[in-house]
Amino acid sequence: MLVEGPVEVVLDDGTIVRSDRFTVALCTCRRSRTYPWCDTSHRRRGRR
Amino acid sequence: MTDLVTATEAALEGELPGARGELSHGVLNALRAPAGAPLPDPGSAERADPLGDDLQLALYVSYELHYRGFAEVDPAWEWDPALLAVRAAMERRFLHALRDRTAGHPDVHDALDELLVEPVDGTGVSYFLRDEGQLWHLREYAAMRSLYHLKEADPHAWVIPRLHGRAKAAFVAVEFDEFGGGRAERVHARLFADLMADLGLDPSYGRYLDAAPAEMLSNVNLMSLLGLHRAHRGALVGHFATVEVTSSPGSRRLAEAMRRTGAGPAAEHFYAEHVTADAVHEQIVRRDVIGGLLADEPSLASDVAFGIAATTCLEDRLGDRLMAAWQDGSTSLRAPL
Ligand code: FES
Ligand SMILES: [Fe+2]
Ligand SMILES: [Fe+2]
Repeated sequence: MLVEGPVEVVLDDGTIVRSDRFTVALCTCRRSRTYPWCDTSHRRRGRR
Repeated sequence: MTDLVTATEAALEGELPGARGELSHGVLNALRAPAGAPLPDPGSAERADPLGDDLQLALYVSYELHYRGFAEVDPAWEWDPALLAVRAAMERRFLHALRDRTAGHPDVHDALDELLVEPVDGTGVSYFLRDEGQLWHLREYAAMRSLYHLKEADPHAWVIPRLHGRAKAAFVAVEFDEFGGGRAERVHARLFADLMADLGLDPSYGRYLDAAPAEMLSNVNLMSLLGLHRAHRGALVGHFATVEVTSSPGSRRLAEAMRRTGAGPAAEHFYAEHVTADAVHEQIVRRDVIGGLLADEPSLASDVAFGIAATTCLEDRLGDRLMAAWQDGSTSLRAPL
């Protein structure tokens, strides 16, 4: 999900993370290793 | 308040490289004299291997005049009609070879779908570096890639006046991020120079041109070719999309390689930054740059697809060169570092 930056996101444990990129991709699949930012881990896996 | 004048002036231009054959020898010799000096005749481009060292170096040098140029080379060479004629002959050969190797490529939707699938058992350079790369591999990789990353996003900037509306706005937004979002210390080319310093490499512009084989030169030449010709704006956008779409997962593997080998914080940061930056960029490029361009000019769809195919083809060739060398423990460069 793309949202306009800069953004502050409050995580489940209450910590606040910030990105000042012009647009930010938020992870909605929960698989990102850079959560809450999308790192393309949502991609379909398969054979090319 | 930042100083307007910096104490030390870094060299902006690179040095002229050594020749790799008849054609590049002729071009380099001419460049040492004032613009207008005699050049090899365009016919000599016909005899050179289109993807080989000689032609790719001569082409690289003639494009470089549009970027930073070379120390002690007459800037008027940039628009010298006779040099442009030789360049055009080289470009025809290069394009022909690329069309040949990408014949029957998929259409733009299938091509993007393919790029968006993460292979379950991927192989190739970034996997090798993540799993078993040693510092010397990473140094070679960075020296090689410095030909592009020290001018990262510059070749794509040529296309801006040829885009309109949604495509232009989105394209420029991504470029703004590549150029540091208004902060000099965040320009991606600068982040790469910092990575090079971590790896004990010399970040001077053009420093590793002599070391880079044709497989790397052709990669950068493709961007310059597509960027400098309005006729190839569709293919340039295809090139840009390929880089952005494939970058995030590859950058994750390279960040891991940098961390595992203890390459240093700046080395790791360059790739870590590209994991999240390009996860954004690829979505914008697909939706608004390609989407916007093809809404304006639907007839460019096959050019976009060609750009994707040509980029993938040359990237694969570079990957093969790197892996072939490393698998037998030898240097992937023209001379070891
Ligand atoms: S949406 Fe979760 S990684 Fe992209
Ligand atoms: Fe970048
Ligand atoms: Fe990017």
